[in-house]
Amino acid sequence: MARTGFFKDHVLPILTVVLAILIVWHVFVVILNAPFEYDQAARAGTPTSFMEVLPKTFAQERPVLPAPHQVVAELWDTTIDKPITSKRSLVYHAWITLSATLLGFAIGTVLGIVLAVGIVHNRAMDRSLMPWVIASQTIPILAIAPMIIVVLNSIGIAGLLPKALISTYLSFFPIVVGMVKGLRSPEQIHLDLMRTYNASGAQVFWKLRWPASMPYLFTSLKIAIAISLVGAIVGELPTGAVAGLGARLLSGSYYGQTIQIWAALFMAAGLAAILVGIVGMAHSQVLKRMGARP
Amino acid sequence: MPLSNETVVRAEELGLTFQTNDGPVTALTGVSLDIRKGDFVSFIGPSGCGKTTFLRIIADLEQPTAGRISVNGMTPEQARKARAYGYVFQAAALYPWRTIEKNIALPLEIMGFSSAEKKERIERTLALVNLSGFGKKYPWQLSGGMQQRASIARALAFDADLLLMDEPFGALDEIVRDHLNEQLLKLWAATRKTICFVTHSIPEAVYLSTRIVVMSPRPGRVTDVIESTLPKERPLGIRDTPEFLEIAHRVREGLHAGHIHED
Repeated sequence: MARTGFFKDHVLPILTVVLAILIVWHVFVVILNAPFEYDQAARAGTPTSFMEVLPKTFAQERPVLPAPHQVVAELWDTTIDKPITSKRSLVYHAWITLSATLLGFAIGTVLGIVLAVGIVHNRAMDRSLMPWVIASQTIPILAIAPMIIVVLNSIGIAGLLPKALISTYLSFFPIVVGMVKGLRSPEQIHLDLMRTYNASGAQVFWKLRWPASMPYLFTSLKIAIAISLVGAIVGELPTGAVAGLGARLLSGSYYGQTIQIWAALFMAAGLAAILVGIVGMAHSQVLKRMGARP
Repeated sequence: MPLSNETVVRAEELGLTFQTNDGPVTALTGVSLDIRKGDFVSFIGPSGCGKTTFLRIIADLEQPTAGRISVNGMTPEQARKARAYGYVFQAAALYPWRTIEKNIALPLEIMGFSSAEKKERIERTLALVNLSGFGKKYPWQLSGGMQQRASIARALAFDADLLLMDEPFGALDEIVRDHLNEQLLKLWAATRKTICFVTHSIPEAVYLSTRIVVMSPRPGRVTDVIESTLPKERPLGIRDTPEFLEIAHRVREGLHAGHIHED
């Protein structure tokens, strides 16, 4: 009973959507790739029919839109068949990007929490800092990413850290906004209670504000980890990086390797899903330990 | 029937005027009152009569703008820092991420009690409010009445002699409220604390109190102070006796007079 319910409520809707996407995808493979085949036939001077073109649209070397099976084959080839130390292994590139993502996410989380604590506890910081935090996010990341890399390179910092800092630049924002809200979430009555006990500021923070902010923190962390990954990939794009998913996307577009681009895109999406999933599991674990209603 | 002559709270011509955008609002004016050790004093009146404000001034949660007040011979701030009182709010205000026993442990943690003493006090106060065995539950697993009892246990845990209660049973249904009133009287008899109790229910005020302070709004002030003549032993049935009804009548008259004055 419960199992059929699970299948009906959770698996079936997802499968339906996946199936719909696959159908639309196949249709567009034919529509987008067929003109190239007709061109080829016209140049060779051989008349061709739709039924002859159809199978060819699924087997082009540089299709406008690769067929799903081509992307899967490429993913398989570059993850399972290649040793992960190889420069052609997608796992290797994903790891490069992941390490920058995680470092940037960690720095962004700490920075975001520290700023939020300052903003909540200090009026001057509240007034002066919050507008800048918001303004920082109005600058296009693509514009500022090369600047960060160039500036840091000139003072001798290269490699992982500059990319991670671009992730930090994106990920600290949702943490600040979420934590400011979370640290201010305790009701007046809960704060009054602390006052009747003559509790110190540190006690109010650790025993009330911090635990009360946990749901807000984890919601922010989910957003932050996803955009950290975006930041790391974007950090690799305009900077001529030689490794990482961003570099893979870039070299793919240089050489018209659409299959490679799509494989890297799917790798990035899968990575994002796993990262968000891990944060989500941590979220429910923490809430469970905090006695949340199941 | 004062149990002793020692004064716990003394207010003289106490007043509080809030500055709002619509001009000053007088929440409380000219309140002079002595609360003696061991008293059970109820403050009754319609909304806006300043009964909660008065309680919050005693607790140093609001600052008076006129008159003088002392708590245990000290200023309210000194008394608060000396942890002279336990406060029970309108809502239970339990921290949802703490179990009941951890909630009761909260003031003990803040005040630096040893873990052995914490354990002993948690068990003792849980027994006092009839919640033994519920220590490991989370607040949401308990009914509203049980939650409010847990919040009373929390206020009792650090043995302050003064208990300030702001409409603690206001949100509960009448059957639960009757039951909790009965338990509160037993608890008061057992612990000999001084209790200040804010309510808007006449039967509740008369049933519980040794003294009833009747207040009226605009501006908030005291219109009558009634010494209860009821015996200390009070079964729930006492509410049908002529003596009880007479006191209730006087409270009602006091409330009514306040309203006529308003017109």
